[in-house]
Amino acid sequence: MKTNTKKIKQLTIAVTGMNARADNPGPGVAVARCLREVIGFTGKIIGLGYDVLDPGLFQTELTDAGYLLPYPSAGEDELLSRLDYIQQREKIDVLIPCLDAEILSLIHLQEQIAALGIKMLLPTETQLQCRNKDRLHQFANQIGIKTPEQTPITSSSFFYDCAKKGWTYPLVVKGQFYDAGIAHNPEQAVGLFHRIAAVWGMPILVQKLIEGDEVNLTGLGDGNGKLLGAVMMRKRAVTDKGKAWAGMTVHDAGLLNAAEKLVAGLTWSGPLEVEMMRDKHGDYYLIEINPRFPAWIYLAKASGNNLPWALLEILHQQPLSELTPPIAGTLFIRYAQETIVSLADFEAMMMNGERAVAV
Amino acid sequence: MNTQHHPEHPLDSFLAVYSDSLKRLALNDSGFVFDPMSGQSFTVNPCGLELLKLMQKQADVTLIEQQILQEFAVSADVLERNFLEFSEQLRRYLK
Amino acid sequence: MTHTLKTWQKPSITPHQLGTLNKFGRPVGGDYVEKIDGVAVDDLLRDYGSPLFVLSEKRLRDNIRQLKRAFESRYQPVIHAWSYKTNYLNAVCATLHQEGSWAEVVSAFEYEKARALGVPASRILFNGPHKKRAILERCVKEGARIHIDNLDELYLLDAIARELDIFTSVTIRLNFETGYTEAWSRFGFNLESGAAFDAAIRIGNSSHLKLRGLHSHVGTFILDTRAYQVEVEKLCDFMELIEQQAHALIDSLDIGGGFASQNAVQGLYLPTEQVVPTMSQYADAICSTLITKTAQREAQGKPRLTLILESGRAVVDDAEVLISSVVGSKRLPDGRASYIMDAGVNLLFTAFWYNHKVKPTRSLQGIAEETVLYGPLCMNIDIVRQSISLPPLSVGDSLVISPVGAYNNTQWLQFIEYRPAIVMVHENGEVSVIRRAENLADINSFESLPDHLNGQFNFSE
Ligand SMILES: Cc1ncc(COP(=O)(O)O)c(C=O)c1O
Repeated sequence: MKTNTKKIKQLTIAVTGMNARADNPGPGVAVARCLREVIGFTGKIIGLGYDVLDPGLFQTELTDAGYLLPYPSAGEDELLSRLDYIQQREKIDVLIPCLDAEILSLIHLQEQIAALGIKMLLPTETQLQCRNKDRLHQFANQIGIKTPEQTPITSSSFFYDCAKKGWTYPLVVKGQFYDAGIAHNPEQAVGLFHRIAAVWGMPILVQKLIEGDEVNLTGLGDGNGKLLGAVMMRKRAVTDKGKAWAGMTVHDAGLLNAAEKLVAGLTWSGPLEVEMMRDKHGDYYLIEINPRFPAWIYLAKASGNNLPWALLEILHQQPLSELTPPIAGTLFIRYAQETIVSLADFEAMMMNGERAVAV
Repeated sequence: MNTQHHPEHPLDSFLAVYSDSLKRLALNDSGFVFDPMSGQSFTVNPCGLELLKLMQKQADVTLIEQQILQEFAVSADVLERNFLEFSEQLRRYLK
Repeated sequence: MTHTLKTWQKPSITPHQLGTLNKFGRPVGGDYVEKIDGVAVDDLLRDYGSPLFVLSEKRLRDNIRQLKRAFESRYQPVIHAWSYKTNYLNAVCATLHQEGSWAEVVSAFEYEKARALGVPASRILFNGPHKKRAILERCVKEGARIHIDNLDELYLLDAIARELDIFTSVTIRLNFETGYTEAWSRFGFNLESGAAFDAAIRIGNSSHLKLRGLHSHVGTFILDTRAYQVEVEKLCDFMELIEQQAHALIDSLDIGGGFASQNAVQGLYLPTEQVVPTMSQYADAICSTLITKTAQREAQGKPRLTLILESGRAVVDDAEVLISSVVGSKRLPDGRASYIMDAGVNLLFTAFWYNHKVKPTRSLQGIAEETVLYGPLCMNIDIVRQSISLPPLSVGDSLVISPVGAYNNTQWLQFIEYRPAIVMVHENGEVSVIRRAENLADINSFESLPDHLNGQFNFSE
């Protein structure tokens, strides 16, 4: 067992989502940090990003090398040929994707990526689609989990007579993939409808607004219906864009119970984040399931559960060494810091899309 | 600058005005170009790089063109047309 | 002195914009199209000129066979009716008729075109909102299946059938909300309002019309297969209702077209292969719903319904490409590269809503940069691609634009330019011209000049 754990500590692990805009960081940098801080880790961490300004590509304390990937909209062939190129240089053992938009491509390419020698722990395409915004309620309601009432619409005329059908303001107006806003009256709703439809297409989803506390959970689905290493967090302060500024680990039995049901119902495989609202009656409503670790994943490690490490152990059929019951009351405060990039590294990233391992 | 008579070559006046700005550019063989004054960086293709290097050395358009014609498979017409367009790009970026 | 000269490339410098698209995918210049179904693009351009439309007979046949297989392996009987408006070149229609497809027409012109090609009236479905008395009379006499669009048409058709004393089977077109598409409520009878039911009752009371078919077309480029599930459910529910209450016995459900092709819709964020369902996924959604919804009906001994598909775009789009050549280049004031092509929106109507694939026909050297591709028209909206990453191009370089098989050869414009030739590459590698390039005599042949306007032009010195 010892030798095997040692082996994991020597792996080369690629992590995507190296973006970290000061107000909205991607999860990749936090995942890299979780791995880097494992005692005795001597492997390499390869940061993968989409933009020259992704700081994780340059942070030598977190990543040994950084590469740019083509945007998901460039298509799966482009992604595969880029991964092939990177693989020839880095000999990656495990890839941990951290952005929603890349998961489906990676599921489609799973065989080819495995043939390159890279392991991943991903959900299946069906599992992934069950949690699409326009299907989530169907699935959740089947297993007895509430979701905010939702309806797809294709015409903005809905907003003028929706009160008759029981839809009262404020309402949430959402795109199929991304983007959402709260409308307090028909005019705002129609504005949101057109703005979102122009970018994300039809239909538009209308959702009842649940007022209450947002509670989040992250963990790993083992693919057999079991949720491993759950850590729960409540945001304690948010930025003006609603992103976490500070958050604290909690132990919320209602949230845990719902997440266990979801993971069992989906037989989810891989990392996930469950976002729920608890209203003033203490009822829980499922808002979203994200198919990846959240940006606050370092809090999980700090409170006793190093989930990215556990993912590596699962992939290598090792006992889970870094999971202990998390301690409630651990606080994180998010802050910004400048990463310094030399002109040479900047040039390399700009011209070749890479910062290779320093020799 | 002499404004008394028309320039011999449409690019004479460009070089007269921009030769100092051109000289400050840091050129790298990878095609990476850095302007230390503005902090802006660029990518230039190999033939563009060749022209930039020649323009940093001298301000005589005819000599630059001669040099290119000796080394590259290009007609004088095409070269002039391309050089003009290149100078338009540089004008915009080196302001 | 003889030393080998180095290759020249147009010099170019691009400022780095941080926080925008990066180019790190496939190595630049690696991806190009030299041949179409084995025929060299250069040879095609030499023989037939530029621009040039090129159809692949093989691809067209493969597509329709794949569609048929996807559906017939799940449900039978299935009829595919070729939606003429999508591409009514005779060679395209004839290929599909050889594969067994019927004709779906939406105007007197299309009806006449199908008949002239040799399609029997009994294999024509006549759709659309515009059918005048003369063409309706012809259809009734010849026995085409008319899809009634509105009440005026219903009454006119009833009168014609009575006058001619011909018992006529008809289909009505329905529209309704699916929840996944924008309702095309201007075509056919609305279900929710009861207009469709009224029409069925009215036909039930007619001595000469028999309501035998239900049809709907819920939209085009439909990416969510659930739209079809709802469509089939609604058609089946309505069928049960009118079979009970309007003396109808339905023989076919026509679910229209709308399957998406592998084309990138502008503004669509995800890659095409992730949003466009496969033919099997469409077939699954449709056939499984149909089987469930008609199980009881079949148990009652009623005849099995024929499933009719009118898929257009998904059958022909990727069977045709447009080859176009660069005629000029221009650096735009904002620094982007731009090229003037010899084909624009006059030939490529679908450029208004698609980002077509554009590939060079040789390996291009140099750094890719943001590029605009303009057409040849003196109109500001004539843009083939608003933004595409391409290495520098030279005058004379050709580009292959794809897929272009759907709606371009029917919606193209003869505006200031001649329309070019269309060739078809056959399965044996031979090439036929299936529509020759237009010339001045063609265009002028429609016109006549009054005698007093002939000559005697009075230009000042
Ligand atoms: C009645 C009808 N059937 C079939 C089609 C073909 O549609 P598609 O090319 O989207 O398959 C159309 C297109 O508008 C149509 O209106």
